Amino acid sequence: MSPLLAVLQRDMRLAVRVGGGALMGVLFFLIVVTLVPFAVGPDLAQLRRIGPAILWLGALLASLLTLDRLLAADQEGGSLDLLLMGATPLELVVLAKAAAHWITTCLPLVIATPLLGLFLNLEPLAIGAVALTLLAGTPALTCIGLIGAALSVALRRGGLLLPVLVLPLTVPVLIFGVAAANAAIVGPMSFGAPFMILCALSLGSLVLGPFAAAAALRHLE
Amino acid sequence: MLRLSASGLSCVRGSRSIFHGINLELSAGQAIALVGPNGSGKSSLLRLIAGLLRPAAGRIDLTGGSAEQTPAEQAHYLAHLDALKPSLTVAENLEFWVSYLGGDVARVSAALGSVGLGALADLPAAYLSAGQRRRLSLARLVAVPRPLWLLDEPTSALDAAGQERLADLMRQHLAGGGLIVAATHGPLGIEAREIRLGAIP
Repeated sequence: MSPLLAVLQRDMRLAVRVGGGALMGVLFFLIVVTLVPFAVGPDLAQLRRIGPAILWLGALLASLLTLDRLLAADQEGGSLDLLLMGATPLELVVLAKAAAHWITTCLPLVIATPLLGLFLNLEPLAIGAVALTLLAGTPALTCIGLIGAALSVALRRGGLLLPVLVLPLTVPVLIFGVAAANAAIVGPMSFGAPFMILCALSLGSLVLGPFAAAAALRHLE
Repeated sequence: MLRLSASGLSCVRGSRSIFHGINLELSAGQAIALVGPNGSGKSSLLRLIAGLLRPAAGRIDLTGGSAEQTPAEQAHYLAHLDALKPSLTVAENLEFWVSYLGGDVARVSAALGSVGLGALADLPAAYLSAGQRRRLSLARLVAVPRPLWLLDEPTSALDAAGQERLADLMRQHLAGGGLIVAATHGPLGIEAREIRLGAIP
């Protein structure tokens, strides 16, 4: 097996085993979305209007949940030293780790979106639009989070610093994700323009994230 | 012939100078034991050679090996932390490192046998004792051939039989033209030149 596939397989295995927390993301997403109707009241029209924004916020927070362990667990256990000593470029190694995080944390969120959309009185078209924007936008969340995870890895209690570092950087993704979903539901803008920008943000961070994270890890000492 | 040389090595950590002016010469089949009190920089020197720390001065060369690989890519680093995942089984832990480090996965069971963990292959690593975890780390060195071994107190937590096994493995490695740099407080069980750190106050 190639080194990168080995990293991907190991991280996915760890995520689904006890204490891995892949399911925790979906549960957290469920709880955030369920709490909102209690907070804003049972006005169905209002819920339908703010539904995409709530789903996006819930997914954003849930994807952060396991991010602080992405590299810190390897650093504390000594694995990071050995990963650094491999012949594989570190950029690709952290990209493989990010891919494992996306598959085990973000993809389940996208899959759970149709069910949670029903809770918020969304129509099928709206549910489809939100799920599609999440599918296109969550890679950006993972890759931006990867940079934060690499920067906070050497700090004690870095897990608390991570959301503070990462959340401001995810604002553009949130804006265009919700804008694209709303455009599909109520208009008057076309769905295409904000969705393309969302895809561009994902592709951009897919390139930038691994390089920035690898640079941060190389200067760890 | 493979040859590790370091000259004028200095290490500064957190604005404190740990050591300076360290020279090393090591050729194939030889071992060096780094000795010295706690905090004298034994582990830091190993991390310098492994490429995990940058020297404040001096240089490290590994000549005669693969020209395309850095010294770190030709070295095994056995640290205090054992780089094991508790929720993976013994075999899965070793298989991952063998795949990652570019070794042959078919050698995993033989390597586990050589450190005396053959019967525990399917046990999650969480249930291993400290000595068994160390044996599992050693299995990585056996399963993936790399010429330079950097060992940080390799005998710690090992029982008498384990230390004997470790000495056997090190002897085989040296006989095959390998190099060993080990930081240690006790006897290693092999012929090794001593380098004393921390002599300078």
